[in-house]
Amino acid sequence: MNDWETGRTMAAKPRVAIVGAAESDLGKTPGRTALQLQAQAARLAVMEAGLTFKDIDGVFAHTEGVFPSLLMTEYLGIKAKYADSTSAGGLSNCSHIVHAMGAIEAGLCSVALITYGSTQASDASRKLGGVADDPRSPRSQFVTPYGQMTPLGYYAMAAQRHMHQYGTRPEQLAEVAVSARKWAQLNPRAYRREPLTIEEVLSSPMIAEPLHVRDCCLVTDGGGALVVTSVDRSKSLKKKPVYVTGAAENQSHQFTPFAVKDWLDTGLAATAQRAMQMAGVTHKDIDVVQIYDHFTSGVIQALEELGFCKRGEGGAFVTGGHIAPGGTFPMNTSGGGLSYGHPGMFGIFLIIEAVRQLRGECGERQVKDAEIALCQGASVVFSGHTTLVLQRG
Amino acid sequence: MSATRPLPQAIDETKPYWDAARAGKLLVQKCSSCGTYQFYPRSYCIACMSDKVSWVEASGKGMIYTFTINHRPANEYMKDKVPYAVAAIDLDEGVRLLANIVESDLKAIKCGARVQVVFEKVTDEITLPQFKLAGSALSQS
Repeated sequence: MNDWETGRTMAAKPRVAIVGAAESDLGKTPGRTALQLQAQAARLAVMEAGLTFKDIDGVFAHTEGVFPSLLMTEYLGIKAKYADSTSAGGLSNCSHIVHAMGAIEAGLCSVALITYGSTQASDASRKLGGVADDPRSPRSQFVTPYGQMTPLGYYAMAAQRHMHQYGTRPEQLAEVAVSARKWAQLNPRAYRREPLTIEEVLSSPMIAEPLHVRDCCLVTDGGGALVVTSVDRSKSLKKKPVYVTGAAENQSHQFTPFAVKDWLDTGLAATAQRAMQMAGVTHKDIDVVQIYDHFTSGVIQALEELGFCKRGEGGAFVTGGHIAPGGTFPMNTSGGGLSYGHPGMFGIFLIIEAVRQLRGECGERQVKDAEIALCQGASVVFSGHTTLVLQRG
Repeated sequence: MSATRPLPQAIDETKPYWDAARAGKLLVQKCSSCGTYQFYPRSYCIACMSDKVSWVEASGKGMIYTFTINHRPANEYMKDKVPYAVAAIDLDEGVRLLANIVESDLKAIKCGARVQVVFEKVTDEITLPQFKLAGSALSQS
């Protein structure tokens, strides 16, 4: 029984639902463009909902390149009454859910399509230093000359600080990658499914201390799409709806996090508290969690900031198979950015997996009786955070 | 031919910083209205919105908040420099900035280590403030 049904808390009754969720082809898709991948996923997600492009009146798109919402309306022949090209790194599509929720509740649109696509693996466009920008920008003046990797360098620095303050060990970071791989082995769509051991993570090439290659997310191609509408409308559609019961975001900087005093308390906690309060749930109510696993250390830190364990205890929390299949804390059940795939920005794939878990579509990796999921979107260099609480309709 | 280093291009609000670096001085901004230090330089104080922001010479002393040792170069130019250290430095004035730790044993770099500014001339235009370990003294943080 849900809190909002019993009226036990002040949680608002959910008003929007995810009614379609799909990926494009994943992994390596040579010869195809990010636009094609987005359109492929969009078609599948809209068809899954039992709708057509004619029913879509809100477009929320994120991709590399300019004016993504305009491009999506053009390619799909959609006449959008509401459009949003929020581009804020990996969390962008998670924030699109927050924004779609506002737009639908305000009556500005009725059926929102959210898309993402990237061919950065085939294009070999991922650069350790990040994409070069105007030499007059704050980053170009005060970061780039020092050879800082972006975003990797900042997460390596946060991990180093975590180790310094709490004694967190490299093998604890490695266990996050190993657990992700075990989930990926249960997911036919995952890109890397061969066995992985802690020793293999630790002996993989060092990129920026303490992060090895296998502590870092994959670089793949892929696209994804979601369809969001009102709870009332969702009831007449083809798929069982997944309600968005909690949603919160924040943003604080771009590439220069100099004003963030504590790089182990970066603002995520505030979004988690707001989203969970909106949903009327506590940590023990959550059945499955999707954490943005750009780097293994980031997962440990996110578990702490989300409040699933105390600060400094994230390393211990992930050890002993606790977050692997068969453990007591099911998370990143697709295999995550570390093993399922990471086409530049992972946000939409967190939500797609959460939706599938709540619908009970996950086969071997299905979390039994999953009713409530939490998704955590991360951005650039802990630049922003989005937390979503989703619930089986 | 070796790659050129990506270098800053100063603008009006950052020119005093880069001019001072060329002269071997580290400047930070301090608000004349509320006394808050800030980095990077801006046209306004982001604490109180005042446009009376002045420049003061920093002590050049600080502490490593955290750091990483890069084993891969972030760009073509850094290829010859690996492994190299990038650190987040907390100046004693209370602002945080990024720099390489140079002229130091990489193995001796620790969170909390005291550091001292040094200046690396790159071109006639640009000198980068950098930091080196200051003896072996560690702070309490």
